[in-house]
Formats: sequence, C-alpha cells, structure tokens
Amino acid sequence: MTKTVTDVICPFCGTLCDDLEVVVSADNKELLEVYNACAIGAEKFLHSQAKDRITRPRMRQEDGSWKEISYDEAIEYTAKILTDARKPLMYGWSSTNCEAQAVGSEIGELVGAVMDNTATVCHGTSLIAVQDIGIPSCTLGEVKNRADRILFWGCNPAHAHPRHMSRYSIFPRGFFTGKGHKGRKVIVIDPRPTDTASVADVHLQIEQGRDYELLNAFRVAFKDEQLPDVVAGIPKEKIYEAAELLKSGRFVIIFFGMGVTQSLGKNHNIDEAIAVTRDLNEYTKAAIMPMRGHYNVTGSGQVWGWLFGFPYAVDLSRGFARYNPGETTSNDLLRRDEVDAVFVLGSDPGAHFPFSSVKKIYNLPSVAIDPHETPTTEVCKVHVPVAFVGVEVGGCAYRMDNVPIETRKVVEPPEGMMTDEEFLRHVLARVKEIQGV
Amino acid sequence: METVTLTIKNQPDLFLEADTITPDAFAGKKIEEIADLHVYVGREQHRLGDFFEISGKAGATPEETKIVVNGDLSRVKYIGMKMTAGEVVVNGNADMYVGAWMQGGKITVNGDVDAFAGTGMKGGELIIKGNAGNYLGAAYRGDWRGMQAGTITVTGNAGSDIGTFMNGGEIVIGGDVDVHVATHAEGGRIIIKGNAKSRLGGQMVEGEIYVLGSIDLMMPGFAYREDVDVDVDGIKGRFALYEGDLGERHRKRKGQTIYAKLYQRIEA
Ligand code: SF4
Repeated sequence: MTKTVTDVICPFCGTLCDDLEVVVSADNKELLEVYNACAIGAEKFLHSQAKDRITRPRMRQEDGSWKEISYDEAIEYTAKILTDARKPLMYGWSSTNCEAQAVGSEIGELVGAVMDNTATVCHGTSLIAVQDIGIPSCTLGEVKNRADRILFWGCNPAHAHPRHMSRYSIFPRGFFTGKGHKGRKVIVIDPRPTDTASVADVHLQIEQGRDYELLNAFRVAFKDEQLPDVVAGIPKEKIYEAAELLKSGRFVIIFFGMGVTQSLGKNHNIDEAIAVTRDLNEYTKAAIMPMRGHYNVTGSGQVWGWLFGFPYAVDLSRGFARYNPGETTSNDLLRRDEVDAVFVLGSDPGAHFPFSSVKKIYNLPSVAIDPHETPTTEVCKVHVPVAFVGVEVGGCAYRMDNVPIETRKVVEPPEGMMTDEEFLRHVLARVKEIQGV
Repeated sequence: METVTLTIKNQPDLFLEADTITPDAFAGKKIEEIADLHVYVGREQHRLGDFFEISGKAGATPEETKIVVNGDLSRVKYIGMKMTAGEVVVNGNADMYVGAWMQGGKITVNGDVDAFAGTGMKGGELIIKGNAGNYLGAAYRGDWRGMQAGTITVTGNAGSDIGTFMNGGEIVIGGDVDVHVATHAEGGRIIIKGNAKSRLGGQMVEGEIYVLGSIDLMMPGFAYREDVDVDVDGIKGRFALYEGDLGERHRKRKGQTIYAKLYQRIEA
C-alpha cells in the first residue's frame, strides 16, 4: 500500500512550488514518486532516498580518510571550534528552514561570528541596492494575475527556475490576464540566446558587462532625451522601442538574475534597474523582483533582518551587528585571512566559491552540516549529515517574493538522524556550557 | 603641538580594529593611559600597548596632538576614524577605513590604503601618498549622505566606487581610477588627473567631475554640451563639457534644470 501526499512544497529553488504530489510507502519510510515537480525539484526528493546516503557524522583523519563519529562528538567539535575562534565565519543558511536559521543566529551572537548566506555570491548585491534606494516589488500572485509586460534581465528561468514561467510569469491565465501568454509581451535582455530568450517577443542581445549603461539608456529614453546611436551593442531605435513597449503595459514586472547581480557593476546594476522600475511608475504600474536561487535564501535574509537589521554579511564579532559587503562578506574574509574557523550549513561554498577561498576553508578548523556529500564536505574537517528540510522535516521558508510558506515533512529520515535545528540546539546548549552563560 | 609615536611591534594574526588611534582619544592622556586604550582582534579585547611601542607625549587637546604611526599597518583598521582635530601621520601601508567619518584635522599616509578610506567624511584633510582602494570618500552602506566636506588627495591610483553619494568636498586623484565615480552624487568635486574607465557620474544629480586623461566609455546619460576653458584648483586648459545624468531626477533653479557636470580635457 502507498499513500499520496498532496500540496507538497518543493524545497529546491526560490519559486518554492506548492502543488507537488508525493507518493510514499504506508509506513512513511520510503518516498516512491514525485508528481508536478520539474526535473531538478523531483531529483531533490528522490536524492533523499539514495541507498548510499551518509547517515552518521564523520571526522577527517590525518591520512585523509573519514572516521565515523557520534552526533555527540560532532556537537562537541562544532561548539569547540566556534568558542575557540576569535572570529568564526558561519556561512550558508539558504537550504534550511527559518527555525534552524534562528537557532544558528543565537549561536552566532554568542560566539561573535560573521553570519553570511549564499546571497554573498548571488543576490547580495541586490540587497545593497535595495538598502540604497528601496524597491517597488510585488508578489508572484500579482504577477500571474496582472502583469502584461514581463522583462527577464540576466536570468534564465527556463533552466534555473523551470516552473516559474508556467506558474507565474509567461503562460498562466490570471484574473486580469485571461489570455495567458497571448496577452503578455516578454522581453529578455541577455548576451546569450537562452531558452528563455527563445520564447520572448523581444530579445536584446546586450554586450557583456554593459547592463548599467543599457539600464541608464532606458531611463534616458523614458524621458525622451537623446541617446548615443548605440548603447551596449543595441541600436538606439531598439531601445526607444523597448522603452515604449514597457511604458504601454498595464503592469510591468522586471525579473533579474545573476547575469546582472554578479557582472561588472553588481549592486549598481540593480540600483539602476530599480530606478528604471521607479521611473516606469510615472507612466504605468511597475514592480521588480530578484530571481532568488536557493529555496530559502530569502528566509535567511528575513530572519537576520528581524534579528540583526541586515540581510547578509553580518559581523557580530564586537557584540553588535555591523554590515559592510566588501569587508564582512565571506570571500573577502577568507581572502584576507580575517576569520579563524568556518562553519557551513545549507550551502556548498566548495562548489560556489573561488578556489582560493575554498583552499582557505581547507586550512581552517571547519565543519559542514549537509545532508549530501558535497565539494564542501570534502574540504571540511567534520561532516554532519542531517535530515532533508522540506522532505524529512517541515519548517518555514520564504519564496523569492518574500511570501512565507510552511514546508512539509513527507517521509521519515533515516533512523537516528538529526535535523538541522536539533543539531544546532545541541551546539547552542554546549556553547552556553563552555562559555558559562 | 606634542607628538605620540606608535611603532607596531606585534602583528595581529587576524586584523586589529584600532579606532582609538586618533588625537581625540589620545589628547590629555599619559603614555600608560594611551597604552591601555582598547583595540580588538575579532571578539577579543586587547590593549593598544599589546601591539604598539608607544613613546612621546600627547597634547592637552586633540588640536595639540600629533600621532605618528610606524611600521606595516596593512592589518590595522580604522586609523584616524572620526577624528575632529590634530594630526596623524602613517608611515607605511594601512588597511581599511583610514579617516572614516573624520570631521577635522589632517591625516597623511606615506603608503597605500585599502578600501573605505574617508568614508562619510565631514571635514579635514586626508592625504594618501600611495594608492587608495575602493570606496574612497564614499558613503557607508545604506547611507545616502556620503562625503560632506573636506579634501582627499591621492598621489597614486584609486579603486572603484569613489565618491558614492558625495555631497560636498573635494577628491583629487593623481593617477587612474576604476569604474563607478560619483554615483548618486549630489555635490562636491572629483578631479582625476589620470585615466578613467567607465560609469562616471551614473545616477549623478549634481556636482563636478574633471578628467584630464582618457575615459573608456561615457555614460549614455551624459550629453556633450560645449567646449569650455577651465581654471580651477591649478587645473587649466580646454575641456569638453558634458551634462548628466539625463536619466536621473534633477532640481530646478530659476526655471533651469541643474545637471551634474563632467569635464574632459581636450588640451592643456
Ligand atoms: S521550479 Fe523550483 S520550486 Fe518549482 S518544482 Fe522546480 S525546482 Fe522545485
């Protein structure tokens, strides 16, 4: 006998789809099939069922081999490296629930850590821009029901957020968008001819690294001022045309991704894109939204926002929160040898950071808390496997539009396996014991 | 003026946060009291005297106090932060935040400085004889009031993002600069004697930029107006005047829209 669980949340990308159906065994121990998810989402669920899954913490030995250790030993090691360090880095936090993020923040405060999440190599630059000039945004529900001008800038949802286009942005029929795709105009700005660009009405194939200039040109065009003949490889006529197309919509939404947040100019690109959105509101209704990657990176920004006042790169070492990307961001800290221990949870810097930073992690006391074996667990001294959030334990996550969604537990984790939150609660208790507080 | 000399004797194994190296903190103190001032390595609190050999004598007030710091200070942050008067001379390279939020007095660095020097500066004089890093004279994160007044002079090159949200004062760069100059600026003057790359005056509302060398790429929001003769601050010659950022909001005065001005030298 099997059971079907409906309305399951996909804990993979920032789209946080909430309509999955999962077939599990009658005893809740085995996950058999996943429906409605895209390929990468389904893979995440099925991965939890891998037969060779690591279920106990491991410590790296002198000769490079792993030795199985108990959770108690892993808790002791983690608490010790964090309390011994003068400035530990606690990084990741994007693939876990808000409950675990909150406990981790408490530890970070006690040990004077720098708390950073994956935004640091992704949308952190967007957060800088938001702090500098604010953001007119909306929910994905509003996009589905209202938006008739969809602009994708430097992002490729066809691959990175596969169901985004069908659920929210291009194809769905909503309350005021009854014609679906037909009633919408889609503009893609990307130097590459992506799969997303292939469904667009207009594709502006911008010269690499000239986003700031093209965004600026849009603002000049809105005001009917003169433009140079070509900006960022795009003839001015096309820019005026695209500007008109946006102005003529009833509701414009701009989605942007790492093509603009991590290319030349970074936060400035987003700053100017937000200014474009603000300008458009002189003519019609317009909103802008970052295409957040990890399913709960938005949540970690929310949790730290309400606890510390800043969404990432929070330096707690002096007992108060400081925030200055460029100084308090993980790669800058590692590059400059500013931290003396590394704790990673819910992310894979081993795969996403520059090799020079990964080498620094390798040379420091380090622990990785992750359900998977990853490039990060390969360079850390201790690996603590945990239950999959959103599959084997529930908890709160924030969608890319800052809507909180409660994820669901659909199967039991392997016997005796801790969740992120449980492990962190034990570490917190041990840290308090060591510090005598 | 009395002088206190600091010579670094122990390098911190992480970084040293020494926002107490200012005439304001030293004034009126004995050498032993100065040695007891707090500095930080991560969350650990230390004494200034744990890291520096300290000699000389402090003046009664900040105005009468000069501090000379010797040695490799490339792992020391916040030298001269928030100082209001007096003088600091750094003989060596210094790390981030030299003269951040300074209000008065004078800092001379005989070496390079890392990022965020002169952040949110309100007054005084910051002289860097070597190169400066990114965010020179810029606003602190999230602050829309960058440099308000005072002068920053760099003999060598400067990094990116100089003068972000600048409202007043002057920055003079002897060499070249990286991208993003005077973003969001609403006033002040930046003089670049060498070459610039791109994104000069992006989202700039008001203020002036002078470039004596080349500009790789002009912002689309800057429009050429006319050639003019310039004679400011020892800078003389024929310059092409551009106005912008046309995409940004601008104030009006006497019915006239006020734009930011970018001058590029045509001939000396
Ligand atoms: S689009 Fe994202 S959230 Fe939706 S099923 Fe695919 S991976 Fe999961």
